[in-house]
Amino acid sequence: MIHCVLHDPNDSVAVVVTEGVKAGQQLTALILDEDRTITVPCKADIPLGHKVAMKDMPAGTTVIKYGIDIGKVVADIKAGDHAHVHNIKTKRW
Amino acid sequence: MSFLTQDATFWGYRRENGRVGVRNHVIILPLDDLSNAAAEAVAHNIKGAMAIPHPYGRLQFGADLDLHFATLIGAGCNPNVAAVVVIGIEDGWTKKVVDGIAITGKPVVGFGIEGHGDHETIMRASRAAKEYVQWASEKQRVECPISDLWVSTKCGESDTTSGCGANPTVGNAFDTLHALGTTLVFGETSEITGGEHIVAARCKTPEVRDQFMGMFNRYQDMINRNKTTDLSESQPTKGNIAGGLTTIEEKALGNIQKIGKKCTVDGVIDKAEVPSHSGLWFMDSSSAAAEMVTLCAASGFVVHFFPTGQGNVIGNAIVPVIKICANPRTVRTMSEHIDVDCSGLLQRERTMDQTGDQLLEVMMRTINGRFTAAEALGHREFVMTRLFESA
Repeated sequence: MIHCVLHDPNDSVAVVVTEGVKAGQQLTALILDEDRTITVPCKADIPLGHKVAMKDMPAGTTVIKYGIDIGKVVADIKAGDHAHVHNIKTKRW
Repeated sequence: MSFLTQDATFWGYRRENGRVGVRNHVIILPLDDLSNAAAEAVAHNIKGAMAIPHPYGRLQFGADLDLHFATLIGAGCNPNVAAVVVIGIEDGWTKKVVDGIAITGKPVVGFGIEGHGDHETIMRASRAAKEYVQWASEKQRVECPISDLWVSTKCGESDTTSGCGANPTVGNAFDTLHALGTTLVFGETSEITGGEHIVAARCKTPEVRDQFMGMFNRYQDMINRNKTTDLSESQPTKGNIAGGLTTIEEKALGNIQKIGKKCTVDGVIDKAEVPSHSGLWFMDSSSAAAEMVTLCAASGFVVHFFPTGQGNVIGNAIVPVIKICANPRTVRTMSEHIDVDCSGLLQRERTMDQTGDQLLEVMMRTINGRFTAAEALGHREFVMTRLFESA
């Protein structure tokens, strides 16, 4: 069972691709560009399609997905946290 | 290597000007909002005729009026359309649309309502529509090379599964189609934000790159002039955010997966402009689903790839819209809307080459005549892009 996917091995977030992911679970993450899996401990209930943090990200740092900048951290994020609009904002507009 | 190769053919309707359609519509096209009632009455009278109502066409001017005419004339010229009856409140602008469509050589006639009233207009237009429907019903599909195909793409109600699954599936199919000499288009200028450097790097020549960046920067300036917030809930939309997309940059990087890994961006077009040669084109366009698909129809594209995550239900009056989805929950809860289920990608059950071919297989069946889900469900969205206020 693949719980989440990331594009690039350096991505700081992964996308949950199954329903019912719960805090305390050990997630299997598929790296799409390399077709190999790694594991990440999950610290929150995360809905299908939402992101799990792959590492600690202090406020002010940059979030990487697809190997590219997708915005800035606005509230400290720990590995395994739910990463979304409550702790990440656009750098544009 | 895809099953679809250079010697592939499909069964289409070759029109008077040589272009190939995959549908055989007779449309009743209102020039303006006032003419919708008469157009719909004609379509009700004459079985096999389709009215395309829309809310605009009065007191527009300048570039906004030019785009209105380009959209209506482009829709009438689309090779999926066999014949056209235009109805307008007055004769002058009605004739302008008729003359624009007549260049293709297809049957087209116009009726002005002023001086006649709805009853007489409906009677005269119904007589013409009946003749057109009977004429069109005898048209036969003929075998055409795959290079005659024009395919557009735009995604909607995207979520993070769009960027991982449905959009790269379209990209895989576009890589195949590009090599076969087809004509392709993508757009959604605002939704490239954060990935514009990637599109720029894929442009075939420095001239195309400059034109693309000019369009991108103009759109950014428009947003920066008018914005009151960071656009969160508008772009990304509320539905995008519910589906897990956080920022415009994340949405954009998912969006541009639709242009695959290999094909070059060979040219740029303005809204509703017709490409002058085969290859992949960027259209400077709205990211709103129905607006963009309508512009693709007006540019002459005959079939549309529409990846969705949370489940956008859109169709189009003229162009069959194929829905592709990688979100296993949407595939389960909205199955009647999904033509291509590629959710297996995210469980490592399928490869991108397999889902790309799966889409191309559904595309071949669709262009040979099979209805898409949106067609079967009666989705006929046709939405004009407005550039500014009326005079």
